[in-house]
Amino acid sequence: MTGESSAHGENAGGAGGSARLGIWLFLATELLLFGGLFTAYTVFRLKDPGLFHAGSLRLDRMLGAANTVVLITSSLTVALGLDAIRQGKERALKICLSLTLLLAAAFLGIKAFEYAEHFAHREFPGTDLFFSLYFMMTGLHAIHILAGMVLFAGILWGASARKFSADYHTPVEISGLYWHFVDVVWIYLFPLLYLIG
Amino acid sequence: MIPYPTDHGAVSKVSTQVDSVFLFIAAITLFFFLLTQGTLIWFAFRYRRRKPGHDEPTPYITGNRMLETLWVVIPSILVIGIFVYGWIVFDNIRTPPPGAAEINVTARQWLYEFRYPDGASSVNEVRVPLGAPVRFVMTSSDVIHGFYLPAFRIKQDIVPGRYTDLWLQPEKTGSFDIFCTQYCGTGHSTMRAKMIVMDEPSFRKWRSGGRGSETGPMWMKGKALIERYGCLGCHSVDGVDRIGPTFKGLFGRKVEMEDGKAFFADESYFRESILDPTAKVVKGFDPVMPTYKGTLSDEDIAEIIAYMKTIR
Amino acid sequence: MADGYLEKRGFRAWAFTLDHKRVGVMYLWTTLTFFLVGGLFAELLRLKLMTPGPGFISDKTYNVFFTLHGALMIFLFIIPAIPSALGNFFIPLMIGARDVAFPRLNLASYWIFLAGIAVVLGSLAGPMDTGWTFYTPYSAKTGAAVTTLSFGLFLVGMSSILTGLNFIVTIHTLRAPGMSWTRLPLFIWGMYATSIIQVLATPVIGITFILLAAERLFGIGFFDPAKGGDPILFQHFFWFYSHPVVYVMILPAMGIISEIIPVFARKPIFGYKAIAYSSMAIALAGFLVWGHHMFVSGMSGVAAFIFSLLTFSVAVPTGVKVFNWIATLYRGSITFESPMLYALTFIFLFIIGGLTGPFLGSLGTNVQLHDTYFVVAHFHYTMMGGTVMGWLAGLHYWFPKMTGRMLNERLARRACLVMVAGFNVTFISMFILGYKGMPRRWAEYPVQYQTLHIIATVGSWFLAAGILAIMWNFWRSLTKGEIAPPNPWRGLTLEWTTPSPPPADNFEVLPTVTDWPYSYGRKEGRE
Repeated sequence: MTGESSAHGENAGGAGGSARLGIWLFLATELLLFGGLFTAYTVFRLKDPGLFHAGSLRLDRMLGAANTVVLITSSLTVALGLDAIRQGKERALKICLSLTLLLAAAFLGIKAFEYAEHFAHREFPGTDLFFSLYFMMTGLHAIHILAGMVLFAGILWGASARKFSADYHTPVEISGLYWHFVDVVWIYLFPLLYLIG
Repeated sequence: MIPYPTDHGAVSKVSTQVDSVFLFIAAITLFFFLLTQGTLIWFAFRYRRRKPGHDEPTPYITGNRMLETLWVVIPSILVIGIFVYGWIVFDNIRTPPPGAAEINVTARQWLYEFRYPDGASSVNEVRVPLGAPVRFVMTSSDVIHGFYLPAFRIKQDIVPGRYTDLWLQPEKTGSFDIFCTQYCGTGHSTMRAKMIVMDEPSFRKWRSGGRGSETGPMWMKGKALIERYGCLGCHSVDGVDRIGPTFKGLFGRKVEMEDGKAFFADESYFRESILDPTAKVVKGFDPVMPTYKGTLSDEDIAEIIAYMKTIR
Repeated sequence: MADGYLEKRGFRAWAFTLDHKRVGVMYLWTTLTFFLVGGLFAELLRLKLMTPGPGFISDKTYNVFFTLHGALMIFLFIIPAIPSALGNFFIPLMIGARDVAFPRLNLASYWIFLAGIAVVLGSLAGPMDTGWTFYTPYSAKTGAAVTTLSFGLFLVGMSSILTGLNFIVTIHTLRAPGMSWTRLPLFIWGMYATSIIQVLATPVIGITFILLAAERLFGIGFFDPAKGGDPILFQHFFWFYSHPVVYVMILPAMGIISEIIPVFARKPIFGYKAIAYSSMAIALAGFLVWGHHMFVSGMSGVAAFIFSLLTFSVAVPTGVKVFNWIATLYRGSITFESPMLYALTFIFLFIIGGLTGPFLGSLGTNVQLHDTYFVVAHFHYTMMGGTVMGWLAGLHYWFPKMTGRMLNERLARRACLVMVAGFNVTFISMFILGYKGMPRRWAEYPVQYQTLHIIATVGSWFLAAGILAIMWNFWRSLTKGEIAPPNPWRGLTLEWTTPSPPPADNFEVLPTVTDWPYSYGRKEGRE
């Protein structure tokens, strides 16, 4: 017995490594959560392609495309923010996070407008399988956007309290990974729902 | 002693085949049961520590490639054997011979309605001729039900919105149980029916006779209807309330509903309750009874009411 | 310090603890409670089944009771029982770490679990009568509070995911220096495989519960044929989770057995790698066999063919484990203290559970036995004879470590015998009942079955008496038991190097591992 305290053992990545592994596992979980809906989508679309074709035409492609641009831009601002804090630029991080929050809010605003239009046309979850899927998929996605906004608000608050630096920015990194995932889900949702008509 | 619903001997080729698969698997698993439990108990006994507080020296064995390969390879071959045999029989269970007579089955909470090719129908009792293949084409009008013929070793779920089927070729006459095996609500365990296998002459006689041949007083016909249509699954005639109120003494009694309103159980009430059962539900019971609209004729209802009046 | 991690007292010291051991103990109390409640329902069911006709409870009440028995036992006891309670307590101790990777998340998992339980209990306002399988369309139509229940179980599932995630990261990153993957205790291997299933399968039941709730709230129609949906799709979703999850229940128990057998046989575990890899093989194959719950639902012949074939592929790694445990006993120096007694009982009962599997996996016989008592008996042999017995073996094995007290050995052995006798009487009767065609979930039954039902019920009284005696032993030994030494069983895994009970930060100095944990017996024969 040498009595040496062996600080980290094989844990080469340190705390950041654990967090990264953790978030990837979490994203695997999320993937399977959405996977259930994508499976239902596949099953029902194969069963009744006509319904999906007709339903897709009832969606506003312009708004969907606009939202895609908004979300991709928000992913970019997140990436820029992470890059900034890696170089220790706290101010740039704060600007990027604020922009991300703004873009996320814009996404939800556009989404809410679309929902309102559908409700006005008496299209609800339960109207038919297409609209059930549309509302379930975009609804679950919107909840994830909301969760991301809460996350980034927390990060922004942390950044204001000068918690992050070039040496420590794990929360920014893992929140960013989460955000990219949510973004990717939308990149699948958009063509599957809006562009099949 | 009444035999178990499964114990009616060799009632069909398929049932014999299923029993052979069962025996085949039983033989293999019995061998492994004796082998593993035997060595487990033998080792535990043989290598118990003899001197308290003092370990015997034990060998440092961490594995044995030969043994480990063997007990992967041998069971693998055996389970493939079991799989193949099971699959062959399953294929027979699922593939009806061409020309099988079709009987439509509609299941609902908690009865089976059978419809014959000639348009005749019955509830909870189906008659089929000996020796001829029969195919049941089944659907459900509410939730998922099961259709299990223990004696014939076959079973099929009945799913709303689609047709499933099941075939058999009986080689023995008699009355066989049909059980619901898919949980379907309060009356699940009372959802039972009978399949009666008749030899060719009696089957033909029964079919040409129709049900007009029954004679007797109205109330006796009513009693037969009550038994045939599965009413007794939920309603007793001996005064015990079950899923529904007992029939005993119901006619002419003042009954109370959940909202406090009361009325007399007269002819009109019985008629309404048979055709639109949830309109007036007796206090303390759930509105779960299915409608018999289209199943029972006006004539049938009159006979049932006549019977009700006799249960005092 | 004699009290170790238990030193601090009071509500806050427990409710806000970041100590994995305390979190584990809280899980233990919670799951234990639901084990007893679930057992009480089982006894009420058995009592009703003594008579074939209407009994002392109505058919509807019977349906509620069997649903509660199943749902509480599965979601609130057997899934979290070993992973969340014993896993939490012993993973860090056995890999030589001071805590799990994310202690705060760990505590959050427990509180989410409790919140889920609260919602589940809230759903008792409209007691569920759907069976624990929640098959649509019945679950979409019944008047019971299925929506509330779905939400509660969603939370329970979330807790399960976060726990699994925490464990995977812990096992990856916090192993003591020198503890390579091939020096990992087999319980840790079992927990690792379990955690993978928890992380990958649970979200699917999560989305299934969301869809079920949405079906009831908005009528989305996914499972409603009238709207173009498919009730069978629900079954696919449900079993995609609920089949893998039986391995969440059994793999940790198998891990416990792999720890106990070598300690009490004083011999290295036989075929370490085979046991470790078979856990992973079972976990992966477990994802591919869900369809075998649906052979009579009307699935296509091709699907039935594939699912049956894959199902048999699980049999082989399971058999390997049993052979390895038995081979470990060969030429050992075996003692029969209570943990070993429970572990051997596990093997004995699990063999029966395992060997009745092929009858159900084989398509030809499955059709006959599907949804009968044969299935009920089979899974009680694997889940009660397997998991619960493994859980009890683990509790007897680690009780001294967790509490600092020894159990009453004589009571533990007698309770085991009574319980096992009762268990076999109850469930062997059920095998026969199932073979004779008795459908499951029946409140009433044809009179021919009564004799066997009475025998099963009488057996269940002995089973219950055994369990109660075990509980009494636990309760009494907490305060009256002899003070436990650090290593009463002379085990070589790292938890035994700590005092009993371990201090709050586990190890004064983090250990360095130089050997695998199964170096029992003579050394000279080593390769």
